[in-house]
Amino acid sequence: MAGSMMSVLLYIFLGPLVGGLIAGIDRKISARMQGRYGPPLLQPFYDVLKLLSKESIAVNGIQNFFIFCFLIFIIFTGSLFFMGGDILLVIFALTLSSIFIVLGAFSANSAYSSIGAMRELLQMMAYEPMVLLTAIGFYVVTKSFNITDIMSFETPLVLYLPGIFLGFTYILTMKLRKSPFDISMSHHAHQEVVKGITTEFSGSTLAMIEIAHWYENVFLMGFIFLFFVWKMPGSWIIGIIACILLYFFEIVIDNASARYKWQLAFSSSWIAAAALGFTNLLILFLMK
Amino acid sequence: MESILFLIIFPLLTGVALLFVRNDSIRRIIVRTAAFLLIIASILISVRYFDSGLELSLHKEWINYGMVAIELALAVLLIAISIKHKKYLPILLVIIQTTIINWYEFSYSHEVEIHADIVIDRFSLIMILITGVIGSLICVYALKYMEDYHHHHHEIKDRRNLFFFLLFVFLSAMFGIVLSNNLLWMYFFWEITTICSFLLIGYTRQDIAVKNSFKALIMNLFGGFGFAAAIMYLGYVVEIQELNKLPALAQSGIELLIPAVLLAIAGLSKSAQMPFSGWLLGAMVAPTPSSALLHSSTMVKAGVYLLIRIAPTLGYNVAGILVMMVGGITFFLASLMAITKSDGKKVLAYSTISNLGLIVACAGIGSYESIWAGILLIIFHAIAKSLMFLSVGTVEHSMGSRDIEDMHGLIIKLPAMALMMVIGIAGMFLAPFGMLISKWAALKAFIDSDNILIVLILVFGSASTLFYWTKWLGKLVAVLNKYERIPAKLTFDEWVSMGTHALLTVVVCFIFPMIGNHFIEPYLNTQFAQHLGSVISDGNIKIMSLMLGMVLLIPLGLIVFVTLKEDRIVTSYMGGVNRGDNRYFTDSKGQAKHLYLSNWYMEKYFNEARLSTIGNITTSAVIIVIFFMALGGVL
Repeated sequence: MAGSMMSVLLYIFLGPLVGGLIAGIDRKISARMQGRYGPPLLQPFYDVLKLLSKESIAVNGIQNFFIFCFLIFIIFTGSLFFMGGDILLVIFALTLSSIFIVLGAFSANSAYSSIGAMRELLQMMAYEPMVLLTAIGFYVVTKSFNITDIMSFETPLVLYLPGIFLGFTYILTMKLRKSPFDISMSHHAHQEVVKGITTEFSGSTLAMIEIAHWYENVFLMGFIFLFFVWKMPGSWIIGIIACILLYFFEIVIDNASARYKWQLAFSSSWIAAAALGFTNLLILFLMK
Repeated sequence: MESILFLIIFPLLTGVALLFVRNDSIRRIIVRTAAFLLIIASILISVRYFDSGLELSLHKEWINYGMVAIELALAVLLIAISIKHKKYLPILLVIIQTTIINWYEFSYSHEVEIHADIVIDRFSLIMILITGVIGSLICVYALKYMEDYHHHHHEIKDRRNLFFFLLFVFLSAMFGIVLSNNLLWMYFFWEITTICSFLLIGYTRQDIAVKNSFKALIMNLFGGFGFAAAIMYLGYVVEIQELNKLPALAQSGIELLIPAVLLAIAGLSKSAQMPFSGWLLGAMVAPTPSSALLHSSTMVKAGVYLLIRIAPTLGYNVAGILVMMVGGITFFLASLMAITKSDGKKVLAYSTISNLGLIVACAGIGSYESIWAGILLIIFHAIAKSLMFLSVGTVEHSMGSRDIEDMHGLIIKLPAMALMMVIGIAGMFLAPFGMLISKWAALKAFIDSDNILIVLILVFGSASTLFYWTKWLGKLVAVLNKYERIPAKLTFDEWVSMGTHALLTVVVCFIFPMIGNHFIEPYLNTQFAQHLGSVISDGNIKIMSLMLGMVLLIPLGLIVFVTLKEDRIVTSYMGGVNRGDNRYFTDSKGQAKHLYLSNWYMEKYFNEARLSTIGNITTSAVIIVIFFMALGGVL
């Protein structure tokens, strides 16, 4: 119990630091891939600090409140994850928090943020089945939804769940808001949806979205970690290395691909879930 | 002991009294009083029979003869109405099943020994509370609604006396269904709900209403035919006529496949599963209170009630596969079709069909866990769906439309109604509210039962459920610039009714572990050899309660936020062409153009006609194949 409280506290305090650093490294590597020198490593922190000091501007009085809820529930979700709680509950909490950012964008009642919100919602519909199938895969192998139990299985789960791992990696690109799936919120404001879901948010509210994003990325990497860690002491190193490699792979994909249309983003995710996730589960059931 | 019959007789008498009342204020007094008494009676009866339960046998021949006489009279009535509208299929169905049931009743039924005509256990108590509380609240709501309805629709003849008569008779019949253990009794009440729903759907007597009411009649009579055939088979072959004998028989290995399939068909048609789902969609032409009553707490719940009662006979046989497949397919396809609808009531209709599909699939799997989830789904769905219907009804009367597109900015136009809807929608799909808790349990049950296909259906179906509810929520919370608040003409009755619904939606989320411990698990322990306890662990329940607490703080937080925060308000970004009020932009010709933000309906991708054809064909094929397999297995 004390151990799990400790990891929750670590997550709450170190989560944004790690997340921010990942974002900094990401930008640096992306820049090098594009032949640029790139910003300093700590640039994401400078950005957020500057955003925090800006005047608060909004289209209406309540839109920013939804973003506040978004941040709170993302932290809640991540804490639940690092507490070693029930993985399905983590997924449900993640859905709840994601709905707040969608509602924030809807409530701003502006053209670009509404399109962003609809696209974000479509993405949620696209990735939800695969996320649930991942949790189900863990359960089928380890007989438990509990993250602590899942981590102490006798072999690395990826050996049993290669299909589910690939499927999860596919939709992870969407959750990390990377190309080809950055259809609801582009990192660059010169594209067709401007800044999509975040168009109407600025100053400290935009900083909150950024920080929530850092928190989110850290526990999404936690999902990847679960595939590679098992009860052998020291296996967490393998888990961390897997996360690093995977994130690097995501950066490559991000820089190497053009944005999908929403139709393709949606249908390919469902097909990935059905083909990779379901086939994997089916084989597990047949082997039982 | 006979006091239990109060639940059947009192609403019936109230209904008859209301048939002769045309004065608004007298009707109001009667309905309010009767609703109040029914709620109190349901609660008292739950307390009274909580520990002891009840098995009551009346041994009165005249009751059976009375039922036969009423059935015959209703058959004549149905035939007369059908002839008047030149519909001949219902006549055939009425004649067939009346013949079957009477023939059985007079030739053989007295040879089957009946131990208990009425049985009350914890599951019946849940159903009594749902019918008594939610049903009565809907009747109260209907008072003002129907007054407004006839105010808006002069072309429709005011036959409110008949309307309220039918509502209360319906409640009476629903109590009858959940109390009856004698299958002949249950069949009698079953047929009464069919006829009442037929008359309620046809209430306006417009062409479309008549057409849809006959559709409902035919589908439900078909189900009733399955019911009658099942009774005859059980009586002749197995020599039982009581519902509570089925689980024990199933465990002792007696072949019950044919009656199980027949009863399943009855249950599937009543709970509007594909290919019978058409009647529920058509029923949306009826005034909203009757939709709320039929599609949340009664009618459709009678179907799933029967399926869950017979669930122990389903399990791992083809009848179980039939129910599970039909439920699963319906759940998934209906949730996809709901995406394409912008009419609020249509979305509610599809979501009802979809949710019932999930309950049906739970019954089809027939394991301890899946039935636990199924019963919880019944409770949560009844409350939240009823709240949604009533809110849509009130919004329609306040602003003249029930289209979700017109609910854009409802939080500004009608804040109270927006709040009700937000509670209702959250209750329908969002953690930590009711339907999600039950879906969670269902998911666990499906995995544990190794039905991998149904697991797949559930994960995809819940993703599309998320989509259509959240885009509705998004419409509600859009903040409009310079819009006036519409005066919500809510009366005392509507406030009481919807307020209680909203309160229940939230409260039940807190107390569901108790419902599990004290109602569902004791019932399941009588049905299954193994005793598993709660499907959701205590630790998770605590975290859910914490989440619920956090979510409930949101409105409070919002008020604090709005008073403290001082944002500089600017216009929204429109690429520089905002005319300054967020409502108009300058188009390429320099003209002002109205900005219109529409939700996505994606008809091209989730085409209703195509999906329903697929669903109807596959489910019909499943039913036909398994029906003949069951027949072949015996012959």
